[in-house]
Amino acid sequence: MNTEILSVGLTFLVTILLAIPLGRYIARVYKGESTLLDPIFNPLDKLIFRITGVDASREMNWKQHLYALLTINLVWFFVAMFLLMNQGWLPLNPDGNPSMSPNLAFNTAISFLVNCNLQHYSGETGMSYLNQIAFVTFLQFVSAATGLAAAALVFKSLTPNSATVQKGLRGLGNFYNYFVKSLTRILLPISILVAVVLVFNGTPMNFEGKDQFISVQGDTVNVSRGPAAAMIAIKHVGTNGGGYFGANSAHPLENPNFLTNTVEIMAQMIIPLAMVFALGFYLKRRKLSWMIFGVMTIGFLLLTIPAIYSEIQGNPQIQKMGIDQSSGAMEGKEMRIGVPASAYWSIGTTVISTGSVNSMHDSTMPITGMMQMLAMMTNAFYGGCGVGILNFYVFIIIAVFISGLMVGRTPEFMGKKIEAREIKIAMIVALFHPFLILVGTSLSAYGITNLKDIAWLNNPGFHGFSEMLYEFTSSAANNGSGFEGLGDNTPWWNISTGIVLLLGRFIPIIGPLAIAGLLASKKHIPESAGTLKTDTSTFGLMIFAVILIITALSFFPALTLGPIAEYFSIY
Amino acid sequence: MSSQNTKNQNLFQGDLVREALQQSFVKLNPKIMFRNPVMFCVEISTAIMLVVTLFSITDRSQGSFGYNLAVFLILFLTLLFANFAEAIAEARGKAQANSLRKTREETPAKIVLENGSIEMRSSSTLKKGDIFLCETGDIIPTDGEIVEGIATIDESAITGESAPVIRESGGDKSSVTGGTKVLSDEIRVIVTTQPGESFLDKMIALVEGASRQKTPNEIALTILLAGFTLVFIIVCITLKPFADYANTPITIASFISLFVCLIPTTIGGLLSAIGIAGMDRALQANVITKSGKAVETAGDLDVLLLDKTGTITIGNRKATNFYESSGIDSRRFIEACVLSSISDETPEGKSIIELAKIQDPNANFKILAGSTFIKFTAETRSSGIDTPEGSRIRKGAFDSIRNMVLKAGNKFPSDIEEQVKAIASNGGTPLVVSENDLALGVIELQDIIKPGIQERFERLRKMGVKTVMVTGDNPLTAKYIAEKAGVDDFIAEAKPEDKMNYIKNEQAQGKLVAMMGDGTNDAPALAQADVGVAMNSGTAAAKEAGNMVDLDNDPTKLIEIVEIGKQLLMTRGTLTTFSIANDVAKYFAIVPALFIASIPALQGLNIMRLSSPESAILSAIIFNAIIIPILIPLALRGVSYKPIGASALLRRNLLIYGLGGVIVPFIGIKLIDMIITLVI
Repeated sequence: MNTEILSVGLTFLVTILLAIPLGRYIARVYKGESTLLDPIFNPLDKLIFRITGVDASREMNWKQHLYALLTINLVWFFVAMFLLMNQGWLPLNPDGNPSMSPNLAFNTAISFLVNCNLQHYSGETGMSYLNQIAFVTFLQFVSAATGLAAAALVFKSLTPNSATVQKGLRGLGNFYNYFVKSLTRILLPISILVAVVLVFNGTPMNFEGKDQFISVQGDTVNVSRGPAAAMIAIKHVGTNGGGYFGANSAHPLENPNFLTNTVEIMAQMIIPLAMVFALGFYLKRRKLSWMIFGVMTIGFLLLTIPAIYSEIQGNPQIQKMGIDQSSGAMEGKEMRIGVPASAYWSIGTTVISTGSVNSMHDSTMPITGMMQMLAMMTNAFYGGCGVGILNFYVFIIIAVFISGLMVGRTPEFMGKKIEAREIKIAMIVALFHPFLILVGTSLSAYGITNLKDIAWLNNPGFHGFSEMLYEFTSSAANNGSGFEGLGDNTPWWNISTGIVLLLGRFIPIIGPLAIAGLLASKKHIPESAGTLKTDTSTFGLMIFAVILIITALSFFPALTLGPIAEYFSIY
Repeated sequence: MSSQNTKNQNLFQGDLVREALQQSFVKLNPKIMFRNPVMFCVEISTAIMLVVTLFSITDRSQGSFGYNLAVFLILFLTLLFANFAEAIAEARGKAQANSLRKTREETPAKIVLENGSIEMRSSSTLKKGDIFLCETGDIIPTDGEIVEGIATIDESAITGESAPVIRESGGDKSSVTGGTKVLSDEIRVIVTTQPGESFLDKMIALVEGASRQKTPNEIALTILLAGFTLVFIIVCITLKPFADYANTPITIASFISLFVCLIPTTIGGLLSAIGIAGMDRALQANVITKSGKAVETAGDLDVLLLDKTGTITIGNRKATNFYESSGIDSRRFIEACVLSSISDETPEGKSIIELAKIQDPNANFKILAGSTFIKFTAETRSSGIDTPEGSRIRKGAFDSIRNMVLKAGNKFPSDIEEQVKAIASNGGTPLVVSENDLALGVIELQDIIKPGIQERFERLRKMGVKTVMVTGDNPLTAKYIAEKAGVDDFIAEAKPEDKMNYIKNEQAQGKLVAMMGDGTNDAPALAQADVGVAMNSGTAAAKEAGNMVDLDNDPTKLIEIVEIGKQLLMTRGTLTTFSIANDVAKYFAIVPALFIASIPALQGLNIMRLSSPESAILSAIIFNAIIIPILIPLALRGVSYKPIGASALLRRNLLIYGLGGVIVPFIGIKLIDMIITLVI
C-alpha cells in the first residue's frame, strides 16, 4: 500500500515538473513566438487557413471572438447530430451498431461538443468506427481547442493596452489563430506521444470488427476493437473523458496496466496545470502563476487526501460482515490499478473536468464521493482544458472586489478597475453553476417523489440522492463522469442533462470573455503603494476563501442529504 | 482619548434615537425597502411569517403558534434594526447639517433695492442676484459675494475658528457664508445661490436620501449581495423537493429562518448607514461634500496637489538671519534693516523687526521725525526710508540693489554676492540692504515648514498617495522646500494653467487627482480634478467648480478626506466579509435542526450541541437580528484605517472580520441557545 501511495505522490510531482516547461512553451505559442515544432506544423496551419479561407491575422475584439467561437460550435452540433442519427447505414460500422434515437443523439452530440463526454450510450454497441473518429475524436480535439483559445484571449486581455482599440473595444488577437495553434501545437503533439505509449501497451488501433474467444468456462466472448488508441489519447489530453469502451479507463484495452494508468492520469492533468504556468510566462508575472497554482494545489490536496484515506480504510459495513478490508475498499476497483491510484484518479478526473474513470465512482466511500462532487462543484482547481483558468478568473474577480473594499480602495486587477458590470457578470457565472446543479437535482427529486412509476433510480435513499446530484454536478461542470446507477438513457436524463451541459459550458466561457473584453478596453492604472497586490499568499487565501464559501454555502444542504447523511449512517 | 469618548457618547443622543426609532417604522414601506434587495427579501419573509403565524392559531401542521410567533417577531425586529441603523445615520447627519443651517435661518436681511433704498426682509426670501447690506454686528443672512467694501468677519459659527478673517470685494477673498458675523465695517453682498440650493441644503438632501445616488462601488456591492441572496433563494427552494425525497417535512418557519439567516442581512441592513456615515464623518471634519461619490473617490486618490503657501509652509516667509558684509558693524547693519522695514507692513517686513528684537533685545530703534518712507514698487523692487540726517536706506531684491550700487559707481562686495547664492540654494530668499548706495549685507528669509507636515506626507505615501507641491517660487527654492517637507514632486513658478496641465497629464495615466483651491483662477483645475476641494473663503466660482467645500479653509484637510474615503470602502468590505462568514455557523445550527427528526444520524453534524431543533433555529435568527444593532457603532464610526500597506491590511482585516466572522457566531449562537434553554 505504501508503494502505491508513493507512486501516486510521484505521479503528481512529475506532472507538475512537466507542466512548467510545457507552460513556457504554451505561452510562446500564444504570443506567436517561434517554437521547435514550427517547421513541421507551419505548413499544416497554412493549409488549413487556405482551405477555409480564414484570415488569421485579423485582430478581433471580444465580441468577434465570441461570435466566431459560437458559430463554429453551432456548425459542429448539426454535423454531429446528422452523424449520430445516421451511423447505422454510414460506412465503417463493422459491428452494425444502430443509429441513435433523437434524444440520445441530442445528449451525445452536446456532451462531446461541450468537452464533457457524459455518455448515455456504451461505446461497444452504441458508436460506429466512423463516429469514433469523425464524431468523438474530432470533437474531443476541437472542443478542447475551443477552451484553450478562449483562455488565450483572456491571457491577451491582461497585457497592458498596446493593441488597437476599435469601437471602444480592444483587439485581442484572432480566434482562429488561437484555435488552430491550440490544435496543431499543443493537443496534437501531446496526443501522438500518449497514443504511441498506449499502442505499445496493447490498446487496439485498427478497423476490424469484434474478435471472439472462448473463455475458460466455455462461454463465447466478443471483444470489441477499433481505432481506440488515438481516441483515448485525446480523451485525456483534451480533458474530454468519454470512453472508447463503455467501462472507460477501467476497461483492460482502454487502460491495460499501471504504466498506461499513470500516463493517462498525467496526460489529463498536464495541460490544465501548464495553462496556469503559461499565464505567468505570458504576462511575465510568474509570481501570479505560483499564487494561482498554490491555491489550486491546496484545494486539490484537500480533496485528494481524504478521498485516498477513506478508500484505504475500507468499508466498515463490509468489515462487519467479516470480509477483510486490508487492501482498502476494493468494490468497483480494478486489481491492476489498486485503491490509492483509483482514488487519486477519481479526484484528478473530477477536478480536471475530464470525467474518464478507472473505477466505479458509485462504489466509492461517501467521503470520496463527496470529494468527487466537491471537485466538480468548485470546478476551479486546475479545471478543464482552458476553461479551468477561465472559471478561476471569475473567482479572482470576485475576490479582488471584496478584498479591494477591505483595504479601502476601489478594486482593481492587473491595473484595471473592477466595477458593477464585471461584478454582475462574475456573479451570474458563479451562481449559474449551483443554479444548474440544484435546480436539475430538485426537479429529478420532485419527479422521483411524485411520479413513482418511471424507473429513475436503481438505488433508494441517500445514495440514490447522491447519484442524481452527481449526474447534474457532472453535467454542469462539463465533467462527464457518472456515479452511474441511474437509468440514464431516458428522455428525461438525456434532455435535462443536455440542456445543463450546454449552459454549463457556454455561460462560463461567455462570462469571462466578456469580463476580459471589458477590462481590456479600460484605462490601465499604474501600480502604487496603495494597490493591493494580487500575487501574494494573502490574496491567494482570499480567493481560496471565496471559492470555499461560495461552494460550501451553495451545496451544504444538498450534500447533507446525500454523502454526509450516508457517511453518518455507515459509521 | 477624551475626544474619542465624547464621540462615543454622541453616537446615540436621546432625541436622535427617538427620531430614528420613528423613522425605523416609516421605512418599513415596501417602496422604500425595495431599494435594498436583501432587506426587501427579509420583509417579504416577515410578511409570509405573519400569515403562517395567524394560520397556526387553528392549524398545528406548520408548528405551534408560539414558535411561529417568535420567528415572526424576530424577523420583524431584524427589519427594524436595519431601518434603525439607516435612520440613526441620517438623523446624525441631519442634526449636524441643521445646526449649521439654523444659524442662517430667519436672519433679517437688509436688502438694497434698485433705487438704492434699504428694506428689511427675512433671509429666506433672498433670491439669487439680490444685493444686501451688512454692517458691524450683523449676521450675514446667506451665502454671497462681496461687491463693495471690506470687513472683518467672525466665522466661528461655521468653522469653530475664533480668529476673525478679512473679506473684501474683488480678488479671491470676496466670499461670505451665511451665519457668520460682521465684526467691523460694512459690506454689500450679492446673493449667489437660490434659496434651498446652498451647499448645506444640498448636503442635507444627500443625507436625507431623497437625492442620494448610490455610488459605483455601492452599486457593485449591491449586485454582489443580490447575487448571494439569489443563491440562497435557489438553495432554499430546491431544498423542498430534496426534503420530500428524503421524507423530511420542513415547516415554512424553518425554511424562512434558514433563508433569512443565510442571506447577507448584516451588511444588507448596514449598507446605507455606512454610506451616510461617511458623509457624516466628512461633515464632522467640517467638509461639505456635494456627493457621496466624491468621498468614495477620495479613498482612491493617487495624486494630491497642494499649494505651498499656507499648506506646507506657515503662511509667509520669515527672516531667519542677518549677514553683514565684511567691515560693516553688525549693530549698524541690523539697525539699517530695522529702519528699512519699519514702514513695511508685509509679514516679511514684520518678521525682520521680530528677528532684530530677538538678536538684540536691548536695542531701541527710533524713527526720527521727518523721515520719508519709500514704498515698494514693481519698478524699483525695493523699499526703504530717507532719514532727516540724509541717509538713504534701501532694502530689496539682489539684482535691483546691485544695479543701484553699481550705477552710483560703487563696488558691490563679493562676499554679499556669495552669501546671496548660498541662501538661494538653501531654499531661502535673500534681501539686500544698502545705505547711500553702499551695500551693507543680506537678510535671509526662509519658508517655515509647518510642524508635523513631514509625518502627514509620510502617512500619505504609505497610503499610496503622491503629493505634489505647487508654488510660484523658482525651481531651486521649490526643490529645497519640497525635499525638506518630504513631498514627492513639485511644480515651480506655477501659473494657473500649469496645475490644469499637471492634473490632465496624471489623469491620462489613469490616476485620480485631488487638489485644493480658493481662487477663481483655480476653478477650471478644481473642476478637472477628481476631487476638488474648495476653501469656504474662496470665490463662488471655485466653490461651484469643486465637489467638496472645506469650511475650515484648512489645506491639509485632504488627508482626512482620503482617510474618510478609505474607511468608507473598508467598512463595507469588512462587514460584507463578516456577514458572509457568519453563514458557516448558521448552517451548522440550522441544517441539522431541519433534518434531525427524520435522519437521527445527522446528530453528528450538530457540532454546537444545540439543545433542540426549535431552539437551534431561534438562536440562529436571534443572533442574525442582534448582530445588526451591535455593529451599528462600527458602521457609523467606520473601521479604522492604518497605512500599513494593502497586503498587510488585507491580512489584518481578513483575520479580524473573516476568521472572526466564522468564529463569533458559533459562540453567539451557542450562548443564545443556552439562554433559551434556561428560559423555556
